Amino acid sequence: MLAYLARRFVFGAVVLIGTSLITFAVAFLVPADPAVTLAGAKADPRTLATIRRELGLDKPIYIQYGLYLDRALHGDLGRSYIRRENVTALIEERLPATAVLAITAIILSLILGIAMGVIAAASRGRALDHALLFTSLALVSMPVFWLGTMLLIAGGLYVRSFPLGGFSGPRSLVLPALTLALGSAGYYSRILHTNLTEALEQDYVRTARGKGVSRSGVMLHHAMANALLPLVTLAGLDLAGMLSGVVLTETVFNWPGIGRLAYEAVFNLDVPLIMGTVLFSALLIVVANLVVDVIYVWLDPRISLAETR
Amino acid sequence: MPRFRIDTLGAAMVISLLVVAIFAPWLAPHDPTRAVAATYGDPGAPSLAFPMGTDQLGRDVLSRIIFGARISMIVAIAATAITMLIGVAIGLAAGFFGGAIDLALMRFTDVMLSLPVLLLAMAFVTVLRPSLGSILLVIGLVSWTSVARVVRAETLTMSRRDFVVASTALGASSPRLIGRHIVPNVMPIIIVMAALGVSGTLLLEAALSFLGLGIPPPAPSWGRMIEEATIYFRTAPWLATFPGLAIFYAVLGFNLLGYGFLARREQ
Repeated sequence: MLAYLARRFVFGAVVLIGTSLITFAVAFLVPADPAVTLAGAKADPRTLATIRRELGLDKPIYIQYGLYLDRALHGDLGRSYIRRENVTALIEERLPATAVLAITAIILSLILGIAMGVIAAASRGRALDHALLFTSLALVSMPVFWLGTMLLIAGGLYVRSFPLGGFSGPRSLVLPALTLALGSAGYYSRILHTNLTEALEQDYVRTARGKGVSRSGVMLHHAMANALLPLVTLAGLDLAGMLSGVVLTETVFNWPGIGRLAYEAVFNLDVPLIMGTVLFSALLIVVANLVVDVIYVWLDPRISLAETR
Repeated sequence: MPRFRIDTLGAAMVISLLVVAIFAPWLAPHDPTRAVAATYGDPGAPSLAFPMGTDQLGRDVLSRIIFGARISMIVAIAATAITMLIGVAIGLAAGFFGGAIDLALMRFTDVMLSLPVLLLAMAFVTVLRPSLGSILLVIGLVSWTSVARVVRAETLTMSRRDFVVASTALGASSPRLIGRHIVPNVMPIIIVMAALGVSGTLLLEAALSFLGLGIPPPAPSWGRMIEEATIYFRTAPWLATFPGLAIFYAVLGFNLLGYGFLARREQ
């Protein structure tokens, strides 16, 4: 078990190093000279030389990468060109808003997805099952930013029960969280549907039915126990996909989070901020996946029993 | 009870899209890039003459959506082709050769799979500057991972089948084995992944356009139409509604097609 976790940890480190290489390459490929961007177009050559020396831009590229990695490991992601602030500080400032939004959306998507998946599996082959399958595919097919805009128009303009964007208390959370959650809910419900259908054909379910356990009892106690576990892993993996949704949702709703920060960085061609947000998102995904791995190992006995049977 | 044929519905939706894209000049009531309504800076509401309204420059939204089908289909299909090329090559190599090659390729795929795709695409497109070529390339570079995984799994099962083992025993070369025996048998799953891939690239292209990183104007891509419409969402909600419905329709069509195939294979 420890060996497994150690392997996963090393994998996480590899992901982060890979991401750092990519972001470094991106920054290197940007045609603008960072020293000129920082000091302004009218800066004299001496100032530029000083900045280049301070940033290590006069050194060979592999040493530059080493310096970048070293600074990143110490939590220094450089200074934003536009905002003239530390990227780490900017991310820290925006993190709470994104965390509130993402966690609410994950909980909401799991509740909706599990409910849809269970109902679909319970009514297997009937019209309701097909309707739910179609609904889940429709949810997956909706462009996040369009769904958000539509909810904003419907809930903010016509019903007038929700604010038109921004982060101002629980009411402002409803529409963005729904926007972010619906796609994942459709995805989870399909996966759970498949898992439950498979689990319901297992011997232990048949035994339980034979012993007189009711249909719903079997579904909830026996099949769910096995069908839910892969969903935990998926929810962790889906975080990478959800982060894409975060960028779009935060842009639509003017949500003061990291996604909107990334959008602003791209809009302003703010290279250190772009690199910082990408690297930080990768860190979030790696940590989330490690947490999922730990949960998975902790729940392992039941899984290994089901697999060795 | 009549069986609900999900892939038939998907196929019908996709064919209708292709028809619209191909015959756009004949189907569109107006020129998509010209002002046809007399609106001085104000978008015009849907009316009998313009069923989906007109935009802030007096252009007909319906015609723009019809021509947008061309751009969106071309981008989605071309980007999917790049995605498939990378994904199928990596999947085939990993599944067929196994061992160290498999391990290296799959670990690489896992790393790519846990990266924030949209953020990465945003960073790449920003650096390369938005153009048709750069957008196709970037979408291809970030979305091949699931294709590689599925193709690898299928190749692995196929290369253990008796007819492949027999050919190997008869001395068939690796290229011959892959070309003659593996690829034809992996083809069904490749087609499924391509259908699902088109819906993925459509969404990614639309998202990039929405973030201002789409194909430069005046090409009326659906994602860009929504991006341009966001400032009018209070006064002219139809500007964002209809292009979004078009994206939704296209993505759903390809998803129904892909998952329908998949469900039929599993039966």
